[in-house]
Amino acid sequence: MTREDVYEKLHEVFRDIFDDDTIELNDETTADDIEDWDSLEHINLIIAVENKFGIKFGMGEVTTMKNVGEMADIILERAK
Amino acid sequence: MSLLIKELIYPFDPDMIMQKRKSLRRRLLEGSDDHIRKKIAILGGYTTSDIKLIMELFLLNNGIKPEFYESEYNRFYQDAVFPNLELDEFAPDIIYICTSNHNITAYPRMADSPEDVDRLVSDEMNRFTSVWESLKNKYHCPVIQNNFEMPYYRLLGNMDVTDFHGRVNFLTRLNVLFSEYASQHEGLYICDINYISADCGLSKWSDPFYYHMYKYALCPSAIPYLAENVSNIIKSVFGKNKKGMVLDLDNTLWGGVVGDDGPEGIAIGPEVSEGQAYSEFQSYIKEHKQIGVILNVNSKNDMENAVAGLSHPDGVLRPDDFIAIKANWEPKDRNFREIASELDLLPESLVFIDDNPAERHIVEQIEGVCAPDIGSIRDYIRVIDRNGFFEVTSLSEDDIKRNDMYKENYQRAKLSETFTDYNEYLLSLEMKGEIKAFAPMYISRIAQLTNKSNQFNLTTVRYTAEQIKAAAEDTGRITLYGKLSDKFGDNGVVSVVIGRQEKNECHIELWLMSCRVLKRNMEEAMLDTLVKRCQERDISKLIGYYYPTKKNGMVRDFYERMGFEKLSSDETGNTVWELDISGSYENKNKVIDVEE
Repeated sequence: MTREDVYEKLHEVFRDIFDDDTIELNDETTADDIEDWDSLEHINLIIAVENKFGIKFGMGEVTTMKNVGEMADIILERAK
Repeated sequence: MSLLIKELIYPFDPDMIMQKRKSLRRRLLEGSDDHIRKKIAILGGYTTSDIKLIMELFLLNNGIKPEFYESEYNRFYQDAVFPNLELDEFAPDIIYICTSNHNITAYPRMADSPEDVDRLVSDEMNRFTSVWESLKNKYHCPVIQNNFEMPYYRLLGNMDVTDFHGRVNFLTRLNVLFSEYASQHEGLYICDINYISADCGLSKWSDPFYYHMYKYALCPSAIPYLAENVSNIIKSVFGKNKKGMVLDLDNTLWGGVVGDDGPEGIAIGPEVSEGQAYSEFQSYIKEHKQIGVILNVNSKNDMENAVAGLSHPDGVLRPDDFIAIKANWEPKDRNFREIASELDLLPESLVFIDDNPAERHIVEQIEGVCAPDIGSIRDYIRVIDRNGFFEVTSLSEDDIKRNDMYKENYQRAKLSETFTDYNEYLLSLEMKGEIKAFAPMYISRIAQLTNKSNQFNLTTVRYTAEQIKAAAEDTGRITLYGKLSDKFGDNGVVSVVIGRQEKNECHIELWLMSCRVLKRNMEEAMLDTLVKRCQERDISKLIGYYYPTKKNGMVRDFYERMGFEKLSSDETGNTVWELDISGSYENKNKVIDVEE
């Protein structure tokens, strides 16, 4: 899986979760960039990403991921 | 009622519901204008925000637009027992106590004696009882309480269920006590998460990861199952249950096509395994008659073949188990609409059961009609059951007799065809009425009627059983229920009136009647008794109100027909009416023999 593949799927998940087809993600995207991204939606997002890629984030990772780029890094590493 | 959102009909994809929650909500809100509005307080023992959001979806799909109060994390006990201005102000219509086995205060330890464990059980039970009693006293509304799912591990292995130290044993004892309490106290409903967690699979139901990370007592993908389950109780309490089924025949009630294979060639009965499966399904359908669900047939067949199939010696269902049998070659949506109108029911109150996706697709184009994807014969029962179409929250005698009543109505309709004079027909029915103040044994039926009567309903005010009880005890109110029977059978309680006395005026807060007794002069009989009760209290004026909804157009001119004069009307179509009863009053009903 390439980084582009990961982003394509992430776009799908993010757009569903926030019901917003205009969302554009990049490595630097954080919760501050998406209006509805609060702690509750964060949980839903993490779970939807896990389901989409068939992976599980570690307990520590869920709280320390700083931006979408770090999320993509973990996915690429886990989904090898 | 708009078209249903199919993604929320079992079998659904729980992960998809969680992920697409926002767009589902957006679509559901678009068609929610004529939904009933209900205030729901969720008092949680763990994180409930997602449960609330998913409950909203299922409720909207059932015609209920909820407004929520949600307690702070794990504050269910404090919110219930201590003064709570915010909740007082919210004034809930229903309260859901969403707890799990994480909320158990103390489990037995191996050193505990039987008496110690008995005390633990009763302490826990007392804690919950005080929550229920406090809520009941403060809010007089229905309360839904989760029971307990089985524990995540069993220290004693299988002995956990038999030994009094075991958690399985402990939780089972509490579940039994919860059930006993609920069965003895009206207005407390158990949300049986012990069952649905088992159905889901315990290890899929909860995962310590989600509890430790987010204080979720259940996995995200289990949340839709819980939300659906509790929403079913809520929609049932507020009268949104389905009333009947419309069933296909070939490959739905038996295997094969009776027109092609002949009645001897269809699969039903003990000879082949497929036939056994269909027999089991027929038994399951027939059992529904005992809880008042009415059965109908909508099949592409010649009538002769349909009846031959239903008369198969090894079959369980018989032609006379059904009210309407449509076996013809008309489009199924047309048959479906006709069945609904012949039964005086809205199409949305009937569920369509058909193995053919194309037929389901046609019928579900009718607003509000559910045609679940029942899969193949091995899935039929599970799919119908898990959708909770007929969720029972109260079982009145009327429910049990409903099939007979609909059948009797068919016979009455036939009789009426032989009379040229309608009055003569009414007299031939030998009707007997009973019109009296609310009595305890009818409270649940009366509350049920206020929640499901839409057409003959002047104000469309909905009441819970508790509120009906309160009205009955209020000396400032005049309450009347009306029962009607005739030579074909007993219709039970069919009409309800609540009036509020203000000096010499009686303001009619509620007047409704079941459509199955339309044009029987029951409304005249109700008015006669109301006038009599009012005159006994020196009331000289009746004030009636009509509030239009999408469904109650048939009573727009009701008060005018009853001889009231219009006092006022506003731009939304609300009208106020007056009847002067200070002088003499001549009874309007002359065909029903009324006992008051």
